[in-house]
Amino acid sequence: MSTNNNQLEVWEVFIQSKSGLPHIHVGSVHASDIKMAMQNARDIYTRRGEGTSIWVVPTLSISASNPLDNEMLFDPSNDKIYRMPTFYVMPEGAQNI
Amino acid sequence: MEKNNLYKYIIRLADNALILGQRLSENCSKGPFLEEDLAQTNIALDYIGRAQVLFNYAAKLNNNNQTEDDLAYRRDEIDYLNFLLVEQANQDFAYIIARQFYYSAFDCLLYNELTKSKDETLASIAKKSIKESNYHLTHTIDWVIRLGNGTDESKHRLQNAIDALWTYTGEMFEQDEIDLNLSKNNIAPNALDFKANWLNTISTTLKNATLKLPENSFMMFGGRNGKHTENLGHILSEMQYLQRAYPNATW
Repeated sequence: MSTNNNQLEVWEVFIQSKSGLPHIHVGSVHASDIKMAMQNARDIYTRRGEGTSIWVVPTLSISASNPLDNEMLFDPSNDKIYRMPTFYVMPEGAQNI
Repeated sequence: MEKNNLYKYIIRLADNALILGQRLSENCSKGPFLEEDLAQTNIALDYIGRAQVLFNYAAKLNNNNQTEDDLAYRRDEIDYLNFLLVEQANQDFAYIIARQFYYSAFDCLLYNELTKSKDETLASIAKKSIKESNYHLTHTIDWVIRLGNGTDESKHRLQNAIDALWTYTGEMFEQDEIDLNLSKNNIAPNALDFKANWLNTISTTLKNATLKLPENSFMMFGGRNGKHTENLGHILSEMQYLQRAYPNATW
């Protein structure tokens, strides 16, 4: 961290709203260590009963895809209709597929 | 008599929560950074919520048509029975942390004992409150250790605040006939029974923070009997402004 940055490090916060459900990204907090990150996440994102579990991850630990690669990464999936579940006919009586 | 004792005891608990909550809420939007600003404001809201249920209970005990709002907003300075500690001003962030540290270490021990009260309402209020108290103490101890081991400036400021507020800590363990009567009937604990525990939390934490335990033994008393420092008047003039200017105002 550069010496003139007094904003502390950034952590990404994931909240699980109910046991069994995935932890979903809700935002980020500033904190100087994991303990402070956990408390800050609790104070900011779970004040109204939103969660049963919190994950905090240093933002620097997250690898993001490069927007310049979007064509290569995502376009090929657009023209293969057979990958979509809608391609198949729903069997009679099936609620979900 | 019994009922009067309980009433006064509940008012003391409620006033500590209300006045500390009001003090902390003054700092809303002035925190050192956004996250801590919200954390402090959360703590303020916990106390104001606690004051509300306690005043509600006190109003029921008194049975004279007073409401929780009358108790919170329409008494005079001398009728407030909070510790001198909780009315002390927010001089800087270190003062806020030091005040919270002394109070929360006490509050956790007290409310833990109150969960065993023979008075069912008080016990159920305590069961709800103790969870908040534990979090307040954890959060505050972390700050004491951070500031103590931080920069020369943070260490110096926190030691200053720890020293300045020490004189208000004796009052938390003062026991009068109300306390003794309630503890005899297992409604409230005798605070002296957990004073050693409190001192242990304080001295262990200060040691971890490389700070000194104050040695001054002169203690200030009076808040529990309505004799306050000049700070309380300033709080009340702001807190009661709306009810005084627009009596019976409602949302």
